[in-house]
Amino acid sequence: MTENPNDIDQPEERVPRRVIGTPPPRGNGSALGAPPKGHEPIVYEGVKFPDEASARKGERVAALLFLVAFLASIGFIASYVIFQVGTIEKTQVSNFALGGTLALALLALAAGIVVWVRQIMPKYSLVQQRHPMASQAEVREEVAKTFLQGAEESGIVRHKLLRRTLLLAAAPLGLLPLVLLKDLGPLPGTTLRHTVWKKGLRLMIEGTGQPVRAADFNSPGGILSVVPQGFENDLNALAKATLILIKFRPEDIKPGTKLNWTHDSIVAYSKICTHVGCPAALYEQTTHHILCPCHQSTFDAADGAKVIFGPAARPLPQLPITVDGEGYLIAQSDFNVPVGPSFWERGDAEAEARARGHA
Amino acid sequence: MNSITARRRHPLARYAVLLLALSLLGGVYALLAPGGDRADAAIASGKADDVAAGKELFAAHCASCHGPNAEGAFAPGGASGPSLIGVGAAAVDFQVSSGRMPLANPGPQAPRKRPQEWVNPDTIRQVAAYVQSLGGGPTKPSLEAVDPSKGDPAKGGELFRANCIQCHNFVGSGGGLTYGKYAPPLNPATPTQIYEAMATGPQAMPVFNDSTITPDQKRDMIAYIVSVRNQPDPGGSGLGRIGPVTEGLVAWVAGISLLILAAIWITAKKRQVNHD
Repeated sequence: MTENPNDIDQPEERVPRRVIGTPPPRGNGSALGAPPKGHEPIVYEGVKFPDEASARKGERVAALLFLVAFLASIGFIASYVIFQVGTIEKTQVSNFALGGTLALALLALAAGIVVWVRQIMPKYSLVQQRHPMASQAEVREEVAKTFLQGAEESGIVRHKLLRRTLLLAAAPLGLLPLVLLKDLGPLPGTTLRHTVWKKGLRLMIEGTGQPVRAADFNSPGGILSVVPQGFENDLNALAKATLILIKFRPEDIKPGTKLNWTHDSIVAYSKICTHVGCPAALYEQTTHHILCPCHQSTFDAADGAKVIFGPAARPLPQLPITVDGEGYLIAQSDFNVPVGPSFWERGDAEAEARARGHA
Repeated sequence: MNSITARRRHPLARYAVLLLALSLLGGVYALLAPGGDRADAAIASGKADDVAAGKELFAAHCASCHGPNAEGAFAPGGASGPSLIGVGAAAVDFQVSSGRMPLANPGPQAPRKRPQEWVNPDTIRQVAAYVQSLGGGPTKPSLEAVDPSKGDPAKGGELFRANCIQCHNFVGSGGGLTYGKYAPPLNPATPTQIYEAMATGPQAMPVFNDSTITPDQKRDMIAYIVSVRNQPDPGGSGLGRIGPVTEGLVAWVAGISLLILAAIWITAKKRQVNHD
């Protein structure tokens, strides 16, 4: 056990035995190794230095790289003095000069060291011996004996009360993480099935906060992002309730769109993609495609936003809209199906909505 | 003569003949084409009424796709163009001044390009006047209406984020659409062209008419677009400013490849000079 596990065993045939890193036993050189007389390198058994020519070449390359690192470091100091900051443009120049010189200095230094190791230092094979993993039998016996002695002296075997109350103290500690799991709840209940839209709520333009008058939104090919009145800044509500409002030419609307949910060829769809809930609002007025930028789900806005490409499984839900007495667009009701991506308890909400419609 | 007869049946002969015929056709066209340009120049410099001059320019450069009276034409696989009745002078000014029209090749997207030689502010005004006379529509905004220095970039940014960034990116770098179409970058567009695009909805772009997005709000958005366009990238290259996807791509492809190459270089086994 006194054996140093990191000790590197030299192959037997290497004579003289010598630990790597210690000065050579022969010669009068300093610890740094003064050049031996006669330009004849000392030859160690099994150690092969690269030939003179390539070593000299490597030395020149490494020296050049060190010189570059030196100059780049000087350049760093110079850049710090020369390029003063103050404006964004000046900071940009300063950042570039400081970062560039520092990167060059460190890179050149590292490259020089790699060249040194690869071209000048010798190459040889080392055999590293591993001792067996298991301890010796007497040591293991000793440890077992010590353990038993300790247990005996602590009194945990004899003092029953101590032992049992200790176990009692430990048991609920193990349960604590399970208690924290409760914070994953409460269950959403029916909140995923509803948005804040309800009968009579006005449609407000996102960004301007103005209500939309149907007569103003009169250019076919137009699109607006709209939000419910009173919830313009309620991000939790908007995460489900944001709409896209599209104005069509009457002849462009296809049968998939529920016409009695539109007003004067203005159709409102949920902006929340039914795949994973990204805002799908890349609308092409020529093809009536609504593209979701996350996974390229494509919906045909003219045909009830049915899916024509991509991973979305359902059309974007359509919101029933109409106008109030002043001509502003309002909701007729909430969506009849849950908006956004699927969830575990969703079931076939479309079929249920159809059944409700017939009932 | 004999050699021609001998090579007449060479497999490449038919291509040679085709090439010859095409060159001839091109040459003849090049000889005849300048006539048209002279006529345009006369119209451009003339005192003729804008609408009449515009009608002639329209007949020469636009009618092949949009029909002789701008009523639109549809030919399967051939030159087709939508009706221009009611699109307004703003649409003409946008399309022609940005080089999108006349279209070079029919395809999913009409790209911005260098305008043709006949295009100048006068000829654009004339064609625009002609199209405006057909059925009205949005007109070209005054310079004051699009002056970025008179807009509020902060308000414009809010509107831009609500209405534009889904396609044009948060700093107007553009992005892809469906089936080969794309939303172009906004950097090359002049303030007037940005206004006209919002008002007319060119190509796949939706319309943002003046009654839902007011002219003042449009000017705010122009102020925002112009101000972000001029912002420097203090962190170095903006990589097209299209967001974390490119940055991640560069980091993974370029950065990690370099690290792997360095690791290979450092750890590569050097061949022993001489063996035992």
